Amino acid sequence: MTTLSVRVWRGGPGENGGRFETHAVPRLPAQTVLDVVTHIQRRIDPTLAYRFACRVGMCGSCAMTVNGRARWTCRTHVQAVAGDGALEIAPLAHFPVIRDLVTDMRGFFDKWAQAKGEFVPTATRSDSFARIEPAGKTRRAVDAAIECIGCGICHASCDVVGWNAGYLGPAALNRAWTLVNDPRDGGRATRLAAVAGDAGCHACHTHQSCTERCPKRLAPTASIAGLKRAAALAALKGQIA
Amino acid sequence: MSARRRQALLWLAQRASAAVLAACVVVHLATMIVAVRGGLSAAEILARTRGSLAWTAFYGAFVVAVAIHAPIGLRTILAESTGGHRRALDIAVGAFALLLLAAGLRAVFAVTVG
Amino acid sequence: MHGAATRPNDWRARDHAGWWAFAVHRFSGIVLALFLPLHFWVLGHALGGDAAFDGLLRWTEQPLVKASEVGLVLLLAVHLTGGLRLLLAEFVIWRAAWQPLLIAAAGGTAILCALLFALNLV
Repeated sequence: MTTLSVRVWRGGPGENGGRFETHAVPRLPAQTVLDVVTHIQRRIDPTLAYRFACRVGMCGSCAMTVNGRARWTCRTHVQAVAGDGALEIAPLAHFPVIRDLVTDMRGFFDKWAQAKGEFVPTATRSDSFARIEPAGKTRRAVDAAIECIGCGICHASCDVVGWNAGYLGPAALNRAWTLVNDPRDGGRATRLAAVAGDAGCHACHTHQSCTERCPKRLAPTASIAGLKRAAALAALKGQIA
Repeated sequence: MSARRRQALLWLAQRASAAVLAACVVVHLATMIVAVRGGLSAAEILARTRGSLAWTAFYGAFVVAVAIHAPIGLRTILAESTGGHRRALDIAVGAFALLLLAAGLRAVFAVTVG
Repeated sequence: MHGAATRPNDWRARDHAGWWAFAVHRFSGIVLALFLPLHFWVLGHALGGDAAFDGLLRWTEQPLVKASEVGLVLLLAVHLTGGLRLLLAEFVIWRAAWQPLLIAAAGGTAILCALLFALNLV
């Protein structure tokens, strides 16, 4: 097969939804989905809007919905997903669409902040270094979850995000978990209160879509399970009002 | 109590009751598989269960655990399908919990005391 | 922009073991929860003496009822095994690589239980 039949989502929030447009794209060896999108924008329709940056699987900017699943398009080989020569490319689900394949990430990062996903320092420059055992249980828990680059694929893949508008989502909760396990952080009680409740970790039903799709092979499912345990313990101890 | 604290404690209660139910259901399934041979008559059931303090305690614990576990699960499902947690839902599942407790304990009494 | 419409997922995003395990767990939970009041009502007939209880139990001898019983046993068993997997994940250990195996084992064990029950019925 020398040509791909590519359906691409076009449209923005101002229009009545959007629509798919079909283009024929030459098929090449070792072609990625990002190559396909780039070809359409450069050779066929320069008005196509899309995001990318590193194009080598490090930044997460090129995440889109490819044949129904959220993926990094730069790391998705056409061969792997379009055996029959058909490709469907759409913006990430659960994010407001700015235009075409570009989504608004602000809500995603707002939820990161709501989950108290930022480090609260406790030491000063006059204190000596904190001693963290690299092989210790808490540090290993942090290491397993710390590599998140905020690409949004887990958020797009999570059905609870779709069902529950307030749900903080797997990425925000995963980041909160890394901080809950950091003994240098001073915001534990506030953070556990922030991630408890029906907008927080307790809304997770272990669908595991986040873990299934994470390109960094992280497991937000496990992080959220940890938060459930930590929040329950904090509630029992009266640390969550 | 804040909604967050309540949610955390409900989660814990549901998992704790789940652990109890795991043991009860294993026994219950085993009993069903072993006891039901070509049908089951009242005499067969009651001969085993009547007058036994052990069965009363077992089924009593079973009923209490399920009266905690099932309504909390339904509460989440109802909230997700009807646009969010509300007081009315909490009242409804609370009523369901009481129904299960009352009907269940009556059944335990019926089958083990009579 | 925050309130703007977003695109949903479809079945292609859900077609993996963990999601199916969730769907089965939720469905079985709902059916079992709704069945319980009926179950307690039937058992409560033992209060009326053996004859009343027997009368009701004889009604349950119908093939459709027997088939439903097998179905209920399957749902109970699968909710149990699935639930054990969740308790393991939430309280003991979670390994992504183990999940497909655990889900398969949970499903298989439940089917075995239901088969044992069904075979005993005849």
